[in-house]
Amino acid sequence: MPGDALSGLIDPTVPIEQIERLREQMGLNNPWYIQYRDWIAAMLQGDFGHSFFKQQPVLDVIGDRMLNTIWLSLFSAVLIYLIGIPLGLISGRWNDSPLDSLITGYTYLGFATPTFIFGLVMLLLFGYTLGWFPTGGSVGAGIQPGTFEYVLSKIQHLILPSFAIALIGLVGTVQYLRSGIIETKQKDFITLARAKGVTEGKVYTKHIFRNSILPIAAFFGYEITALLGGSLFIETIYGYPGMGRLFLESISIRDFSVANVLILMYGMLAIIGTLLSDIILSIVDPRIRIK
Amino acid sequence: MGEELLSVKNLTTSFKIDGTYYPAVDGVSLDIQPNEVVALVGESGSGKSATAFSLMKLHRNARIEGQVDFEGKDLLKINEKKMNTIRGGEMAMIFQDPMTALNPLMKIKLQIMETLKIHKTKAKSERESYAIELLSRVGIPNPERVGEAFPHELSGGMRQRVVIAIAIANRPRLLIADEPTTALDVTIQAQILDLIRELQEDLNSGVLLITHDLGVVAEMADRVAVMYAGQIVEIAPVKELFKYPKHPYTRSLLNSLPHEEQMGSRLHVIEGVVPALNKMDRDSCRFAPRIPWIPAEAHEHNPELREISPEHYVRCTCYKDFYLKSDPDIGLQVEQEQMENGAEEVKE
Amino acid sequence: MNNLLEINNLKVYYPIKGGFFNTVKDHVKAVDGVSLNIPQGTTYGLVGESGSGKTTTGKAVIGLNHITEGEILFDGKAISGSGKSVENSKEIQMIFQDPYSSLNVRKRVFDIVSEPIRNYHKRTKDELIAEVLDLLQKVGLPPGSLYKYPHEFSGGQRQRIGVARAIALNPKLIIADEPVSALDVSVQAQVLNFMQDIQEELDLTMLFIAHDLGVVRHMCQHIGIMYQGRLVEEGTAEDIFSNPQHLYTKRLIAAIPDTNVDKIDENLHIRQSVKEEYDQHFHEYLDEDGRALPLINISATHKAALPAKG
Repeated sequence: MPGDALSGLIDPTVPIEQIERLREQMGLNNPWYIQYRDWIAAMLQGDFGHSFFKQQPVLDVIGDRMLNTIWLSLFSAVLIYLIGIPLGLISGRWNDSPLDSLITGYTYLGFATPTFIFGLVMLLLFGYTLGWFPTGGSVGAGIQPGTFEYVLSKIQHLILPSFAIALIGLVGTVQYLRSGIIETKQKDFITLARAKGVTEGKVYTKHIFRNSILPIAAFFGYEITALLGGSLFIETIYGYPGMGRLFLESISIRDFSVANVLILMYGMLAIIGTLLSDIILSIVDPRIRIK
Repeated sequence: MGEELLSVKNLTTSFKIDGTYYPAVDGVSLDIQPNEVVALVGESGSGKSATAFSLMKLHRNARIEGQVDFEGKDLLKINEKKMNTIRGGEMAMIFQDPMTALNPLMKIKLQIMETLKIHKTKAKSERESYAIELLSRVGIPNPERVGEAFPHELSGGMRQRVVIAIAIANRPRLLIADEPTTALDVTIQAQILDLIRELQEDLNSGVLLITHDLGVVAEMADRVAVMYAGQIVEIAPVKELFKYPKHPYTRSLLNSLPHEEQMGSRLHVIEGVVPALNKMDRDSCRFAPRIPWIPAEAHEHNPELREISPEHYVRCTCYKDFYLKSDPDIGLQVEQEQMENGAEEVKE
Repeated sequence: MNNLLEINNLKVYYPIKGGFFNTVKDHVKAVDGVSLNIPQGTTYGLVGESGSGKTTTGKAVIGLNHITEGEILFDGKAISGSGKSVENSKEIQMIFQDPYSSLNVRKRVFDIVSEPIRNYHKRTKDELIAEVLDLLQKVGLPPGSLYKYPHEFSGGQRQRIGVARAIALNPKLIIADEPVSALDVSVQAQVLNFMQDIQEELDLTMLFIAHDLGVVRHMCQHIGIMYQGRLVEEGTAEDIFSNPQHLYTKRLIAAIPDTNVDKIDENLHIRQSVKEEYDQHFHEYLDEDGRALPLINISATHKAALPAKG
């Protein structure tokens, strides 16, 4: 990508020589491997650099946004599993019933609908037309942090974007669970459970559910870290100051010190997600044990 | 007689194919006395497993008709709630494949304790120790440790012992064993069969043994019912059946086994294939298409099971005229007889 | 009679990896020093229970398993080691246990059977069709099967398709891994008869891997009994069944359920006494690692891994 941090800050009145000197001072003219070495060395000492644009340490810039994204992720995740698991259960237990067709139809629609379109429709409907929820930001203007009103306002700002994420994001969970249940319920050990006299309801709660949830448990780590990465579209549409938007902004204004740390963080999240998934799977499935 | 443990009358279990129900089990009648081992033999598609599943009402999408009297109740008339007290209680089942029959996420002892809890066999405090006792009863060494284990940590033979422990947990009156040793090695098979026989004598219960292995039948059963295309074609006490098999299917089956006396020689082959459920002529002898050298007159229309000697029942009259085509001596002999008969007829 | 296949001291070990750096901790000795010879045109039955190494041995011969040690001579030439020649892969073919899963369900019979031919020879479509039709006739499938899919056939017929594929390249050696254990008795009879016919017609040599001693007795001239990666007894069918020497062989034979209802009690009695002997004395037949002892000669054709007398 052409340009560097200074390209975004150029004031036409500043003489070119001065900019050049600044570039030299900041090491921007060094070859990439020297710049990379400097960056790594600084990070190892706990210095993640400064945002050129905000004139703040990178960690402070990310920290604010991170908190917002954590809240949004948490809300979305809870909604995904709160709505997705019952839908998947119903769909799998009574597969090929009209109710199942309805749920499956919804999941297909969910797969096909781009998040940004869905987000925009929700915004239009509940934000503008009905006016039930605020249409932008993460908290109302001029509310003191720490008050009950502040928390309420935060939650109010979270509802619309988190529903937008969850209602589309849960379709995978529903389908995984549905196919898991359909597969599990014809296994021999389920027939054996029935042959023991286990009632139909208990067959589902005690035998089928846990075995069907394994793929979802395995996916949980990825899901959570993906959410923590922030949703570019949703955050942009709802003007929600989170990580996704920060990433987009920092790239478009060439704020590379922020972008670098974000990319590093995404990498870490991916690793943590995998690890988390492995750990969860090893807890729920005795056949997998980490030695 | 009135002393039957189980009395099945005209059991018909139908499955839906392209919107129409076709019976996979077609009018099966069978009695089991207490302390009796009845074997149900047949090849895949004969309806033997479908029969077993019907008795326990374990089919998900089937239409079951007829009468299944078990200890004075018609199981086909009672509701699910009542049925659940019988399943795993007075009537229990041993499954074919021990590798898939246990819940992979549950400890062995919990899977046994579950059935004890459902049938209120033991008080809560005694369940665990009784589960361990059961494990030791089915010949599992180290029952305490195995109780704590998960299924994947055990061998196939050990898992089948666990499945048997679950089945006998509530001292069932009837034990249905669906191909209990098919998936096991031959030395393990011998051990498991010994165990089933021993437990059966212990509990004084009846056993319905479903298998395709005629050797297992000969060793285990008191009486044998041979199934073909959804019907029982022959029932007889075990010695009678193996010594004097009558129905063409039974005789063909016995002859297709490799025998000590005829090493390397050609085995008897049953021509054709088992008819598909929806492409079956249900009014005539179902085995007729596979013995085309037997004249059509030999078969009966809507063949019935008839007692031909005490306790020996055979379906269809064709057994009288049947000879094995692969047996040149008998074949020739019968052909000659027929020719002679024919000649006599002409004379008259 | 010369040996088409000679296996000398075959060992197949699998490493057990573990620990943080995934280092090799130990080995599973799946096959641990097996030697056997199969004379041209005969059938050798390799018998054992699950985990005995019988399938691993078969796979090592066809090159599906790496060989840790030992040599395999095919037609007098070594095929052991890393690579096996093109010629060998044509001349040794395998028939699998499960006719349902060993055929590609999305391919037609024509594609399945012609695949090995296409791999090695250049043929026009017409030539291929003629060859496949010829093969189908050999295995007793109607010409109309050519463009059908595996699911349209019964189990026995599917096994015939597998055999047609195996004999497509005129092999000399067929490795049949439990070819009938997934089949019903009547279908089993069909397939066994037909394998004998094919063998006679094409002068095939066969390594017949099975756990069913009844079937093995019917099919094989020579039999080897495997226990935990080693042969414990080897001999002609007559040697093994009439004069078994090793306790494990005796136990296997005693365990076969017999349809002779007059002998049931006698058989149960024999089984019980063999089991008692087995429980008491089997350790004498094993070395300190729990593995079979070396084979010693009993007669010209008969060997068994017996403990030294005294």
